[in-house]
Amino acid sequence: MTGELLLGPGEVARTMRRLAHEIVENNHGTDGLIIVGLLTRGHPLALRLGRLINEFEGVEVPVGSLDIGLYRDDVARRGQPTPLRPSSIPANIDGATVVLVDDVLFTGRSIRAALDALLDFGRPARVRLATLIDRGHRELPIRPDFVGKNIPTALIQEVQVLLKETDGEDAVYVLNTEASHA
Amino acid sequence: MTDLLIVGGRLIDPANGLDAQLDVLLRDGRVSAVGKSLSASDSVRYDATGCIVTPGFVDLHAHLREPGFEQKGTIATETLAALRGGFTTICAMPNTVPAPDSAPVVAALLERIARDARVRVFAIGAVTRGRDGKALASLSEAAEAGCVAFSDDGSPVADGQLMRNALALLGALGLPLSEHSDDPVLNAGGVMNEGRVSERLGLPGQPAAAEVAAIARNLALAEATGGRLHVAHITTARGLELVAEAKARGLHVTCEVTPSHLFLTEDAVFGSGPEAAYDTNAKINPPLRTEADRLALIRGINDGIIDAIATDHAPHAREDKLCEFDHAAPGIACFETAAGTLLTQVARGELDLGRVVAALTVGPARAWKLDARVAGLGTLSPGAPGDIVILDPARRWTVDTATFATKGKNTPLQGSELLGGVRAVITGGVLRHELEVAHG
Amino acid sequence: MLDVQERPAAGAVEAPAWHRKDLLDTDVLSRAEVELVMETADAMLEVRSRPVGKVATLRGATVVTLFYEQSTRTRASFEVAAKAMGADVVNLTASGSSVEKGESLIDTVRTLEAIGADLLVMRHGKSGAPYLAARHTKAGVINGGDGTHAHPTQALLDLYTMRRHLGGLEGKRVVIVGDVLHSRVARSNIWTLLTAGADVTLCGPATLLPRTLASAGGEHGRVTLTANLDEAMADADVVMALRIQKERQATGLIPSLREYINVYQVNAARAAKAKPGALIMHPGPMNEGIEIAPDIAHGVDSVIEEQVANGVAVRMAVLYLMATARTK
Repeated sequence: MTGELLLGPGEVARTMRRLAHEIVENNHGTDGLIIVGLLTRGHPLALRLGRLINEFEGVEVPVGSLDIGLYRDDVARRGQPTPLRPSSIPANIDGATVVLVDDVLFTGRSIRAALDALLDFGRPARVRLATLIDRGHRELPIRPDFVGKNIPTALIQEVQVLLKETDGEDAVYVLNTEASHA
Repeated sequence: MTDLLIVGGRLIDPANGLDAQLDVLLRDGRVSAVGKSLSASDSVRYDATGCIVTPGFVDLHAHLREPGFEQKGTIATETLAALRGGFTTICAMPNTVPAPDSAPVVAALLERIARDARVRVFAIGAVTRGRDGKALASLSEAAEAGCVAFSDDGSPVADGQLMRNALALLGALGLPLSEHSDDPVLNAGGVMNEGRVSERLGLPGQPAAAEVAAIARNLALAEATGGRLHVAHITTARGLELVAEAKARGLHVTCEVTPSHLFLTEDAVFGSGPEAAYDTNAKINPPLRTEADRLALIRGINDGIIDAIATDHAPHAREDKLCEFDHAAPGIACFETAAGTLLTQVARGELDLGRVVAALTVGPARAWKLDARVAGLGTLSPGAPGDIVILDPARRWTVDTATFATKGKNTPLQGSELLGGVRAVITGGVLRHELEVAHG
Repeated sequence: MLDVQERPAAGAVEAPAWHRKDLLDTDVLSRAEVELVMETADAMLEVRSRPVGKVATLRGATVVTLFYEQSTRTRASFEVAAKAMGADVVNLTASGSSVEKGESLIDTVRTLEAIGADLLVMRHGKSGAPYLAARHTKAGVINGGDGTHAHPTQALLDLYTMRRHLGGLEGKRVVIVGDVLHSRVARSNIWTLLTAGADVTLCGPATLLPRTLASAGGEHGRVTLTANLDEAMADADVVMALRIQKERQATGLIPSLREYINVYQVNAARAAKAKPGALIMHPGPMNEGIEIAPDIAHGVDSVIEEQVANGVAVRMAVLYLMATARTK
């Protein structure tokens, strides 16, 4: 397997800053804003966005985490249980603007599951979607509101996002997997 | 009738102190001669090279199930199984319906046996009427009708007074009382040996003390009455010590052990996997005990303290075992694996071959004085019945109940690898069973 | 181009594995399997705390509770758990008659499989009955308590409750008091506690102690038996009282309930000998005033109600693991 470095640490940091600005701008401030990251790698990105917004705006925006394992549409097909973690939604989402954060947007199935999961916690006024990478190949009618970087990929490729919090470094690679692996 | 000359085998005849490469000639259905390089004109030769040649086995403890439980076994099916296992003389336990507790029932049973049996069958009479443990059966009439011993096997004669009277009456007739020594109060509800495995599995236990206490009581009553006590299927080390001590003091006491208790322990109930098996095929009464008990029983054979190896062959229908452990019927179908497990234990160096053969032949014949009924039974003395077992000690085989002649497929040994088994069986001087293997 | 073969693959959370068709007892569970149940239960407890305390994960799956013995608590707990996971639940109460034949048990199990049962939660008065059932059905069998043998989900929820208060169980002392010999709860707890590294003290009248289980200890924890409750309580981190069946008196295993209360009731004076704040537990249903004093059962250190709540989460976890592991 070989990999191509798409974003290094500096680019990831710049991209996150831009996303934070866009989110605040789109929301006309921070009122009613709740940022919720998908576990595993969406959550540290959500925490970063929360810190950046605090830097720019001086406001603590609630940041939560969402586990979608119980909402996947392939639960009954995998033959093995998906590992689960507790979700943590720190504020009442009724009437709020919830920004879902994930590292890579691909088929859209995770976001579909995340929407179902989120709605079990209440009825937000609106839900937005932020992703560090959009690699295309949507299988469901789902569209991101905030995109760090669009990366056209082939189906046989994999996008790998590494984060300091989980992997010790910030980087995004495109991996060329064996065709048989696809 | 053609003479049969068995040549080239290792002949073991404990009654005559023989263990050597000797031939045996059967004529007119009886043993005619034993010697080196025998020859006889017009005889059929059977080459037993590499095999062990012994008198036909005598089993003091078998359940044929007929009459009353023909779904488990019949006289025809179970005596065929006995034949294949090398047991040419067997004693049928009386836990049938009706129980042989009076002369007419015994006579009817003997008629069925005469009609259907493939081997010699002696009847054991019930000690109590209907085996209910409450009132004595017609002991002397049943004896007159042909019973060679008496027992309520499956249950003990729990009532001490009744046991005392039975021992006294049977002692006067010179007949043994084969007792399932057990204390039903101590054992109440128990379904396996009480100990490590029962506590692990949450199964009600049968304490060794129940057998030991019952043996102690029965020995005391035998001593008090002069009765002839036969301790059926002894399972405990301590019980065996009591029997040995009583024998040393000259009491008329004999005992038997089953191949199952020599070969297996309580662990068979748990099974060999990491997850409990609750193997109902390892449920037997008295239960499989501990390894220490098993080793004591092995010593009992090797020391000659135990008179007989008796199968306690107990066939059951599939549904009798295919149920919760508590509800499962106790018993193991043993005829067709007995020689295999015993020879395997000889090969392992656990059991002494000569002692095993003695405990399968002359031991039981003399314990119940069956040789007074059939001269030479359990021996190869001239004039003895022409009943012979030819054992192949090198035969490696896997227990497969699908090949069993018995109706009972209930054995915890299914799939076990054994070393040594029956190759051929002769009764009345005629080859009745032979394993389909090449021989010269 | 950069070779990244040396790099740990992103997202390679060590995949926890669950390969069991059945959950019959805790004795076969590895530390990793117990850990997986505990972690999954954490997620389920969070689900239960939501405004909508249920999910649809197991929709389309059918869970049958097959109870040959009376039970309200365990059956209700499983039913709530299965429904909270979105499964369909069918409750069957078989006649508790002692003449339940094995053949009918197997027939019943096969019939339920044919009807479409994916998971079978079974309670039976005879030890080992769920093992028989499991061998004769493709459905996953969860032992909901068999005779005096095992009650694995109770042991898992007990362990879960202890961990929430004590963190790890390594080196902790757990005292189980009462009729240990006839307790499926105690037996299954012994295995999970030993696996978790705890030391287990079994305490009760000599007639109600499983003498051979003293040798059950392994490389982690030890099992100790004692008939002296005061001695047992010293330095205990957890005290678990077991229900005493009144028929033990009739069969002479204890001279009288009064004497049992005098010697073995978990009360304030005895609890004071344990570590300060030691958890008070009971698998229920309690005979208050017999094996446990009411003020202790409802005192500040009691986690008895929490056990019940945690029971739903742990059973959701077990149902989730078993249902998803068996589907393709």
